[in-house]
Amino acid sequence: MKAYFGRRYMMSVSHRLHTTALTGEQNRAAYGKCNNEHGHGHNYFVEVLVGGAVDGETGMVVDLVALDEAVRSQVLERFDHANLNLDPLFADRVPTTENLCRTIFTLVKDALPAGELEQVRVEETENNSFECRAGG
Amino acid sequence: MIFLTRRATFSASHYYWNEAWTPEKNQQVFGRCANRNGHGHNYTLEVTVAGEPDPVTGFVVDLKWLKDVMEREVLAAYDHKHLNLDAPEFAHANPTTENIVIAAWKRLEPAVTAAGGARLSRIRVYETPEIFAEYRGEA
Repeated sequence: MKAYFGRRYMMSVSHRLHTTALTGEQNRAAYGKCNNEHGHGHNYFVEVLVGGAVDGETGMVVDLVALDEAVRSQVLERFDHANLNLDPLFADRVPTTENLCRTIFTLVKDALPAGELEQVRVEETENNSFECRAGG
Repeated sequence: MIFLTRRATFSASHYYWNEAWTPEKNQQVFGRCANRNGHGHNYTLEVTVAGEPDPVTGFVVDLKWLKDVMEREVLAAYDHKHLNLDAPEFAHANPTTENIVIAAWKRLEPAVTAAGGARLSRIRVYETPEIFAEYRGEA
């Protein structure tokens, strides 16, 4: 029987939305206060959802310790208390939360058994959230 | 199609134990959750139903009705109970969050289906604000 297991993590990260493809004025128009020259930051909540059959012996879908380790080593150690713009993964991409969500999905997917990761949701603030799903 | 979600909370105790295993293996696999005196959580049950708004009332379902169904089918069985000892579905199956969410679906689905209209779409059970399990009725 397929069920899903979800876990939420928090990370505090700075970024600046800015692209060299646009002029300074165009950047300000596109990104508004998120284009502030010296950046700004958020407490991001990362919600990881994995799917699979419920194990008959343990009653569990996933090894929580292994999931925590995958997210800690691949995501939290990399991004928590860091500046996204300085990370090589965002060298040529704007660190919007859309792009961050996709990046986290790929990092976690590659660290888990194939087919296990179902969805990653990133909440930038209480009012903004982004989701990336398997196959999407 | 509109998806409507209602939350409720319940407080319950439980422990994890596989009777087919030695005490040592239970301790090794389940850690602190294997403490036979149990421990407890404030759980949040999140029930999502899907349907079209009724042309007269504008409701997908009557929220008071959904609240009553959740209280009658799930909270009455789980709130302020010991899941291993008080809920028959966990007499021989571990009351993990995964198994609780599936059991809650089995308790709710007949009542929602019998009412006609909306169908049960998704259930989430949060064991803590950071940990939850989800079931969508899949085989």
